[in-house]
Amino acid sequence: MPAPPAAPQPLQILTPSGDLAADSPLPLARIKDLYRSMVAARAYDKKCSAMQRQGRLATYAQFEGQEAAQIGAVAALEPRDWVVATYRDAAAMWFHGYPWLNLILGRTGDERGGHAPAGVNVLPPSITVGAHMIHAVGLGWASLVRGDDAVAMTFFGDGATSEGDFHEAMNFAGVFRTPTVFVCQNNGWAISMPRERQTASATIAQKADAYGMAGVLVDGNDLLAVYAAAHEAVIRARAGEGATLIEAVTYRMGPHTTTDDAGRYRDADHLAEWAARDPLERVRRHLEANGEWTAEWQHGIEIGEAETVEAAVEEAEALPAFDAGDIFDGMFVDLPVALRRQRRAAEDGAG
Amino acid sequence: MTERNIAQALNDALDVALADPSVVLLGEDVGRTGGVFRVSDGLQQRHGAARVIDTPVAESGIVGAAFGMAVAGLRPVAEIQFMGFSYPAYDQIVSHVARIRNRSRHRFTAPMVIRIPYGAGIGAAEHHSESTETIYAHTPGLKVVVPSTPYDAKGMLLAAVADPDPVIFLEPIRLYRAVKGEVPDGHYAVSLDEAELVADGTDVTLVGYGAMMREVRRTVEALAAEGVSAAAVDLRTLAPLDLDPVVASVERTGRCVVVHEAPRTGGLAGEIVASVQERALYSLRAPIERVTGWDTVVPLRRSEHHYVPTVERIVAAVHRTLEA
Ligand SMILES: Cc1ncc(C[n+]2csc(CCOP(=O)(O)OP(=O)(O)O)c2C)c(N)n1
Ligand SMILES: [Mg+2]
Repeated sequence: MPAPPAAPQPLQILTPSGDLAADSPLPLARIKDLYRSMVAARAYDKKCSAMQRQGRLATYAQFEGQEAAQIGAVAALEPRDWVVATYRDAAAMWFHGYPWLNLILGRTGDERGGHAPAGVNVLPPSITVGAHMIHAVGLGWASLVRGDDAVAMTFFGDGATSEGDFHEAMNFAGVFRTPTVFVCQNNGWAISMPRERQTASATIAQKADAYGMAGVLVDGNDLLAVYAAAHEAVIRARAGEGATLIEAVTYRMGPHTTTDDAGRYRDADHLAEWAARDPLERVRRHLEANGEWTAEWQHGIEIGEAETVEAAVEEAEALPAFDAGDIFDGMFVDLPVALRRQRRAAEDGAG
Repeated sequence: MTERNIAQALNDALDVALADPSVVLLGEDVGRTGGVFRVSDGLQQRHGAARVIDTPVAESGIVGAAFGMAVAGLRPVAEIQFMGFSYPAYDQIVSHVARIRNRSRHRFTAPMVIRIPYGAGIGAAEHHSESTETIYAHTPGLKVVVPSTPYDAKGMLLAAVADPDPVIFLEPIRLYRAVKGEVPDGHYAVSLDEAELVADGTDVTLVGYGAMMREVRRTVEALAAEGVSAAAVDLRTLAPLDLDPVVASVERTGRCVVVHEAPRTGGLAGEIVASVQERALYSLRAPIERVTGWDTVVPLRRSEHHYVPTVERIVAAVHRTLEA
């Protein structure tokens, strides 16, 4: 059997040393804003990991290393657009308006986390792998039916492309030319399985060909490359030219979740290699080289963003826990009689 | 004999089963890392990656491929990571695995095991706490079993692998490491067709299975402390149900409380109550009580204690039957 063709090089605009390999798609001021958002996301990620160790959160899935893939992509959206993402995509969700409070509540194991504020077009994070991609097809499709131009962007992992739902989502998006942007964060791993064990194709991006849509391979740790690819995809989607699959090549710097021990299945060598491609550091270097970064400013934003996250944690933990009856309240608009009876029994500790 | 917890007993069962070259294990993360609950720990190293297979993330693929292997004469043991992730495989299980014997009038069969960790109580993320055994027990053509002790875990898993028909093998997540017991080394089998009377008593019959057996056993002790003599039956097999020990016990006690953490409506307790009243109505001295999960989505970590039946709730139900 002939060896599969080598994967092409992902699109890169900002090199790991912070130099531009192509024209920047964004002005420096915007890059600085996005950098600050990545710093905020990392503060949240670190806070949640720490809280999990203290037993204050359920399992937590770190996204360290994937900040540029998430924030760079969502930066191409407008508030009217949709974000449909997973348990590892807090940065993407937050950047599109889903509050830290909601994300933290979800992680403490509180259903109220799923209630995004009105006007925030972000679905609760998908915990089942794969099913949510097709929701972004339907959300985009609704724009076609209604004649508006909202786009739906969905985030998923390399592992998720193995689920049957990936095929159905891609196929519908291709056939109906829905305004959907598929962002696959190929972080190298699906729990213990490396990306090569999910698909025998050289890249995930190339799967787009078979579905009749555009596919782009980008350096997922390059904020500007991800933004550029997402921006183009959004323009195409709004123009009625259909969906795009973006494969953002990145790396899962942490274990799968806080309950996983990655040392059982991967060696730490890759980590140093990928740490050198850190998505924040290369933007920082770029800002510094352009006179837009100082250590004091960095210190200030780190403290400021950590305080914002801390305030959300305090608010989440101060929220009184549900009483027994409250677990029924999310089920229906009007609780059916049979459920009202159950609710009373639950409140009485009976049955 | 070796002292083992349920996860270790299952690991041992799989190791013993793999001595048969037609047995293969497949599922997400079952090989290199030994499964997310470590139930297949070390088995890929011992039996090779060709027979302890890490698959892509694709439940329909896992079950559908296992089905093909089974029809071809292998004995696949497929693992679904959590019950809440069995639904992408639902069509394979219900439309194909459960039916091939009847569709082909015995020409083809699917002697395979689908292992599924289930149940709440560990503060896990959404979809990781499901107890939806009813939908599989309701599917003709499937055997659905669930052990609650290390001894049964190993013996029932070995029986499931040897069974000529497909078996849904549920594993109580909450008990994986919570219960220890002496487990025979080597091969032995525990019937997949028999419930077991695990405590004898004269005042009330408790019926449970799987993870809830811990609460049921504790309830027996709590009741004994207040002078109430409770019998308890561990169903072990949910499809087909063996209610003989339940009926025999209810004929003595006249009272019955059925416990499961699955949602109430359409839950197995309804089936058990119906069958017991058909067979032992005139022995009953009180309405049969159910203590179950509610007809809600399993709550998340902060409120799952409002959902999963507790010893207190079971004791309260027993008191109602005593006062009736
Ligand atoms: C339907 C389903 N099957 C299995 C799981 C268990 N599981 C959770 S995450 C995961 C791996 C997903 O890998 P990938 O899509 O690459 O995303 P990543 O975790 O790397 O972000 C698996 C198998 C699940 N949540 N849902
Ligand atoms: Mg991945």
